[in-house]
Amino acid sequence: MPRLPVTKTPKPYVGGAFIRSESGRTRPLADATGAFFAHVPLCTRKDLRNAVEAAAKAGPGWARRTAYNRGQILYRLGEMLEARRAEFAAALTRFGARRAAALREVDAATDRLVHYAGWADKYEQLLGGVNPVSGPYFNFTVSEPMGVIGVLAPAEPPLLGLLSLVAPVIVSGNTVVVLASEPRPYPAILLGELLATSDLPAGVVNVLTGLRADLVPTFATHAHLRGLSAVADAAERRVLDLGAAESVKRVRYTPDAPLAAWLGGAAQGLEPIRAFVEPKTTWHPIGA
Amino acid sequence: MAPPASSRRPRRPAPELLFGDLWPYDPAPETADPRIRPEYDLFIGGRFVPAADGTRFTSINPATERPLTELARGGPADVDAACRAAAAAFPRWSRLPGAERGKYLFRLARLLQDRAREFAVAETMDNGKPIRETRDFDVPSAAAHFFYHAGWADKLAYLAPGRTVAPLGVVGQVIPWNFPLLMLAWKIAPALAAGNCVVLKPASNTPLTAVKLAELLQEAELPPGVVNIVTGPGATGAHLLAHPLVRKVAFTGSTEVGKVILRSVAGAGKRLTMELGGKAANIVFADAPLDQAVEGIVNGIFFNQGQVCCAGSRLLVQESVAERVVAQLRRRLRVLRVGDPLDKNTDLGAIVSREQRDVIRGYLRAGVAEGAELWQAPFRAPARGFYVPPAVFTGVTQSHRIAREEIFGPVLSVLTFRTVEEAVEKANNTPYGLSAGVWTDKGSLILRLATELRAGVVWANTFNKFDPASPFGGYKESGFGREGGRHGLLDYCAVT
Repeated sequence: MPRLPVTKTPKPYVGGAFIRSESGRTRPLADATGAFFAHVPLCTRKDLRNAVEAAAKAGPGWARRTAYNRGQILYRLGEMLEARRAEFAAALTRFGARRAAALREVDAATDRLVHYAGWADKYEQLLGGVNPVSGPYFNFTVSEPMGVIGVLAPAEPPLLGLLSLVAPVIVSGNTVVVLASEPRPYPAILLGELLATSDLPAGVVNVLTGLRADLVPTFATHAHLRGLSAVADAAERRVLDLGAAESVKRVRYTPDAPLAAWLGGAAQGLEPIRAFVEPKTTWHPIGA
Repeated sequence: MAPPASSRRPRRPAPELLFGDLWPYDPAPETADPRIRPEYDLFIGGRFVPAADGTRFTSINPATERPLTELARGGPADVDAACRAAAAAFPRWSRLPGAERGKYLFRLARLLQDRAREFAVAETMDNGKPIRETRDFDVPSAAAHFFYHAGWADKLAYLAPGRTVAPLGVVGQVIPWNFPLLMLAWKIAPALAAGNCVVLKPASNTPLTAVKLAELLQEAELPPGVVNIVTGPGATGAHLLAHPLVRKVAFTGSTEVGKVILRSVAGAGKRLTMELGGKAANIVFADAPLDQAVEGIVNGIFFNQGQVCCAGSRLLVQESVAERVVAQLRRRLRVLRVGDPLDKNTDLGAIVSREQRDVIRGYLRAGVAEGAELWQAPFRAPARGFYVPPAVFTGVTQSHRIAREEIFGPVLSVLTFRTVEEAVEKANNTPYGLSAGVWTDKGSLILRLATELRAGVVWANTFNKFDPASPFGGYKESGFGREGGRHGLLDYCAVT
């Protein structure tokens, strides 16, 4: 008699713990064949607020780590993803991706983590600097993390899209609350399990699942989110911009695009890091 | 029992050398001709044109309350014409070799230097700030901004190595009344260096130097439409920033208006630079060089009558030296000269408008009503004009409105602290995050505070210093984006 497999309850990853939505609401998720897969939590505004609180708690400690240490932790994450390549590819194919595309996506996600791991102790020398002011002052600009950033991941590609938005935000010491792909949340659930066993401190990345219609307005208005990095349609952008105006949040949009556009070198680099750091300029007189 | 006889009798304090009003100063007015025309038109497509509806408004001299000049009152039709002119000029201007664009900016810097005194007097008459400041700070700094950015125009590829840098298109810029010409330079110079075209709306209180600058644009033979200047009320600025041809919005002003603008352009996908309000903490530790600190505090809050977004309006002073610092501060403020802005000896000139003067008076009343103790320097008000003497509130708590809200006037709120942690906590306890000051002799403490203060600019053992090469801009509700340096220029570029 064949063994009955143990099914997994998918849980969002918040503050280093696996949670159920406080609302108790879920929705059934079917795989590509139409077969029932699992009940996915529908997170609420309250879950988002809790996640922001967790991210805010983790922020100062994460920002105080050395750039070298943050880079190592991101690289370690890449190592772990590489080791679980087959598992993540399976999570993508189960929900409709072709096998070759799934492997490309996982490989690109690994490479993206490695790319940003390398940025950790380098972006500062490109973004900051000493400013030659006309007077007896030593004047320099350094980049500082903004705080808690909200991330709205695209529907597709569910893993690479999410990591491409999250990695450049956390590399500088920000913490994030991310809403996973609405139609394909499972790769993000799996990512949460990867994060839980990584060296990333609890609360640095918090992953919610649920409906964008429920959560986008709160992402827009939550005053403790200092910035938003999002893939969003025109109607959502308006809601996000309007909400962001209330607390003068920085908003960065990445165009909605198919997998191919996320694979290339144009999808990564210094600009996504620059968008979520604050340049701080310090003046000090030179002399006695 | 008699007190024990002390071997060292307490010495009498040395008498202070305070001359005060012992001798009257002779008036020392600046007499250069500001060359103000009786009427100014809008500057659109390289020509001066009246407003489409023919209406005008008056700009007054806040020091005398007398009219200075009449300006065209631009409306939506004028904004539209200006945006079209800018869009029409953009293809040629953006394709011009960087070195050639740079030469126009170098020309502007030189022309402004040539006519510096004239612009300084005009600025003082329009704004009310002392001639000492316009002559020594506003106008030379404005010229320096053009000069600095001129040199970038042919080096844009070095801004973002490995990426392509391109201009954005038409830039809409709305500037405030506190540094009219300087804010214009902060806005126009980087926009042009990057290859953008500009429509700028100066503040309705202080449009004079912007329309005078349009004369320089003609003298520099800048191609028509590259810079357009539309004078008018706040609503005209709102039209401009929401105009569909405007790809980038650059605004300096209050956080309140900034939020209105952000809402008005929501979903439009425009690039944004917002330089909004502030409530800077100026933190003085007990080991600070107190004489220098007092000068820095005075410069921090009374520069430009306190009408500065990064003004050090909250003095946080360590408890052990608080009394001494406040006493020294009051002594210093007694000898500041408040009066005719055109007098070369004047330290504090006029407040920009009756409305702003009334706002400041409202805060003075609110501070007293909430229980803080008000001290104002003795002062004889001129017969006409809008003046407020330097004011210092002591006994201020974190919850007082004068410690939370941006006053934009010569009003200092003094709070005290005991530990470093308390200083940081109090300094950061504000929705703003534009600037901060630290005064201490201890290097490691400076670097710690420079790290922990949530502000875009930190002045250590100095205050209110600005430079074209130095990025300026805020954290939190003080806005986003930077002005100055490579950071500011990048905010006028599309990086792909």
